[in-house]
Amino acid sequence: MTDVLERLGSQAALKVVGTRPIRPDGADKVTGRATYGADFALPGMLVGKIKRSPHAHARIVSIDTRKARALPGVKAVITSADFPDLASEEYEAGESASNLRDLSLNCMARDKALYDGHAVAAVAATSASIADEALDLIQVTYEVLPHVIDVEAAMGPNAPLLDEALFTEGLEARPERPSNIAKRNQLARGDPDAGFAAADVILEGRYTTAAVHQGYIEPHACVAAFAPDGQCQVWSSSQGQFMVRSCCAKVLGLESSDIRVTPAEIGGGFGGKTTVYLEPLALALSRQSGAPVKMVMTREEVFRATGPTSGAVIEVKLGARADGTLVAADVVLKYQAGAFAGSPVGAGSMTALACYDIPNFRITGYDVLTNSPKVAAYRAPGAPIAAFGVESAVDELAIKLGLDPIALREKNAVRDGMKAAYGPTFRDIGYVETLDAIRDHPHYRAPLGPNQGRGVAVGFWFNVGGESTAAVHVNEDGSAVVVTGNPDIGGSRASMAMMAAEVLGLPIEKVRPIVADTAAIGFSMLTGGSRTTFATGMAVTQAAQKIVADLKRRAASLWDVSEDVVDWLDGVAVCLDPSKTAKPLTLAALAAQSARTGGPISAEVSITAQGAGPGFGAHICDVEVDPETGHVTVLRYTAAQDVGKAIHPAYVEGQIQGGAAQGIGWALNEEYLFDGAGKMENAGFLDYRVPVASDLPMIEPIMIEVANPRHPFGAKGVGEVPIVPPLAAVANAVRRAIDVRMTDLPLSPPKIRAAIDAR
Amino acid sequence: MSKRHISAVVNGDPAEFLTEPGRTLLDALRDDLGLTGSKEGCGSGDCGACSVILDGRLVCSCLVLAAEAEGRRIETIEGMADGGVLHPLQSKFLEHAALQCGFCTPGLLVAAKALLDTNPDPTESETRYWLAGNLCRCTGYDKVIRAVMDAAADLRQARV
Repeated sequence: MTDVLERLGSQAALKVVGTRPIRPDGADKVTGRATYGADFALPGMLVGKIKRSPHAHARIVSIDTRKARALPGVKAVITSADFPDLASEEYEAGESASNLRDLSLNCMARDKALYDGHAVAAVAATSASIADEALDLIQVTYEVLPHVIDVEAAMGPNAPLLDEALFTEGLEARPERPSNIAKRNQLARGDPDAGFAAADVILEGRYTTAAVHQGYIEPHACVAAFAPDGQCQVWSSSQGQFMVRSCCAKVLGLESSDIRVTPAEIGGGFGGKTTVYLEPLALALSRQSGAPVKMVMTREEVFRATGPTSGAVIEVKLGARADGTLVAADVVLKYQAGAFAGSPVGAGSMTALACYDIPNFRITGYDVLTNSPKVAAYRAPGAPIAAFGVESAVDELAIKLGLDPIALREKNAVRDGMKAAYGPTFRDIGYVETLDAIRDHPHYRAPLGPNQGRGVAVGFWFNVGGESTAAVHVNEDGSAVVVTGNPDIGGSRASMAMMAAEVLGLPIEKVRPIVADTAAIGFSMLTGGSRTTFATGMAVTQAAQKIVADLKRRAASLWDVSEDVVDWLDGVAVCLDPSKTAKPLTLAALAAQSARTGGPISAEVSITAQGAGPGFGAHICDVEVDPETGHVTVLRYTAAQDVGKAIHPAYVEGQIQGGAAQGIGWALNEEYLFDGAGKMENAGFLDYRVPVASDLPMIEPIMIEVANPRHPFGAKGVGEVPIVPPLAAVANAVRRAIDVRMTDLPLSPPKIRAAIDAR
Repeated sequence: MSKRHISAVVNGDPAEFLTEPGRTLLDALRDDLGLTGSKEGCGSGDCGACSVILDGRLVCSCLVLAAEAEGRRIETIEGMADGGVLHPLQSKFLEHAALQCGFCTPGLLVAAKALLDTNPDPTESETRYWLAGNLCRCTGYDKVIRAVMDAAADLRQARV
């Protein structure tokens, strides 16, 4: 039992946590008043735009900017010459490490353009039309090079090399020749060969997925102002203002202390806004022009030059006994990294078998450079891809052995006390509970019609903690402000305010949460890894607890009693000493007398939160396949997930529903398409089709609450798990509807039609 | 490039702006009139974040030229609440937690209002198809559809 709950007696004593109040930022967001990245403006602001490579792979021979600079209204033109060359250095970026040199090279190409859309120059001008004209006047001479985008082609011995100095890491010996394979990682347990030798049945499959984009509806946007004294301000939409600050400082060779970043409202991120593209360019343009510069990407730019996540090949070999007990697994993952190393294949490897207790396995991952945009984190980075392969294979095993797919998973499920495939020992996990929930749900027994099928799949994500700061200030009237450094992407302000309100004993309306700029709150890691409600929520709770301790001290001094006989109950200080006639003091009364008891009432807490509970989900998907067209309709969808404790259940449900919807899009519609020259063919929402309202049914969330004892209220991260199972849940449903195993995502109508015809 | 003077009625009030011929109504609303509630998610009419009601008809303001607004009536998200009182659709979106990041929300609300203006009792299917032009990447639409249908029921009740 956690400390707060211990004090309160039980979960049942909670008054705010677990309820569904209106979110504190809600009115702004339904009236159009909320200020997103592109909504901010400064007087005298210029428009910044980027010149991008039209080639997938080309040497930049020369860039002539003279005509552009001479155009009236053009105030700044920048190229790679305006950026320092950085040494190769890893830095922590939320869930994964990135390389500073790669970040800089991705923001602005140096010797080579590595993908269609790679930035090669930028301008700032007094109007958008002048900026566009200036871009056309920049003359770039390219030497076009052969390119490679397919992951296995890029691994080949004769593939065009993106980086001639790249030698694969993670091999027994340094390879003799450079290649596009940045890294090989391996995880193993037991003796896989002996495991397969002892298996009654062995299944092998090869699965492929296409690169897909996070697809946030808000394009990247920022305003940057570089003052003559070197002080910089940035207003931008990102998943972390402190991340923006450190990335800008590194890329431009500035001091972090000279940069102040104010977070705008963020119109979706899903991992895709855990890095910078525009901000360093806008600052460089502002430095050169002396005026503030605004940059906003077009949707085409978002597709061509940001995100996506990897296209991949997943090879899965499973060995099992006749009763379904898994005895061996061999998984090979080959992930596109895009133009720079850093695909999420490491996380893919660690999550691939995380739901299973298998005595013998080998997982091998390859991080492969390709002439496509540098991949960015996308919701449970790497995990959905690996799960597509493994969960398809497990489903095939269930069919082959004539076993129920939920029962097969339950038989091999990880449980408390077991060692996870990726190392640690599981504690307080709610995985089996999610399997039980879908097995017992009426959905699982509902009849199916012709051409319909039902698929099941499970998924896992680590969830993370990390560094967070939170402050709580009590106002003169006894209301409170909660200050954090984490952008609110999906309602986290509400959960922060609720946790503080619970501890302080205030109604939620009396607690206003704000997301502060980098100069107004201590450091916080970015919003990502499903960490905010867990880690920042822990800091908020502790700050509120400090306030309560302070309030008890103040009441004790006013009553002239020992602090030991003062309690804090429902927002009121009460004296437990019956010999005193101390009238209970409300927070408002204590706030009004704060000048007499030690001054303003506030507390700030900075922590490195540890003990994020891993999350599991189990999904059921029903589909109907139109045999004439090959079109798949999702008829019904149910998603169970262990959420630890739902702080605001409606927003937890929303995470589950939204994650499932993104996964369905990944399964059925979405993919990067490139022409023969490596140019993206579908850089718009018309041709890159994310699910629309008429594509989906209601998505029923089932919240399982197996409390995480390391969080004050028992919360676990919830945002990422729900995108892990759907790819396979959909594919497994299609398998049972058409009796053909589809292994290549997306399951577009032509592929399904061809599979039906070939039956 | 010479600019044209445009007079329109925006959210019931007269509004004037100068515009180059090639600019969109969305740009004029956002940059000239300061109405940044309408969002640009794509600029190509595919996402619906810029939805406004033009003379009673739902349009993507990124596909309308600013000059075409001359003499027309435009309703944006900023005009949806009645002074300080939220429209039932806005209240239901909050009640149902039908938004996460909130970026698509203004467009969804305007589109939903256009639906209920013409069809006070839409089925789930009608609601889903009407809103198919408004992309939301966060919610999976479930709570959005429920909020719209719940608001429709409230509005019907209010009319009785």
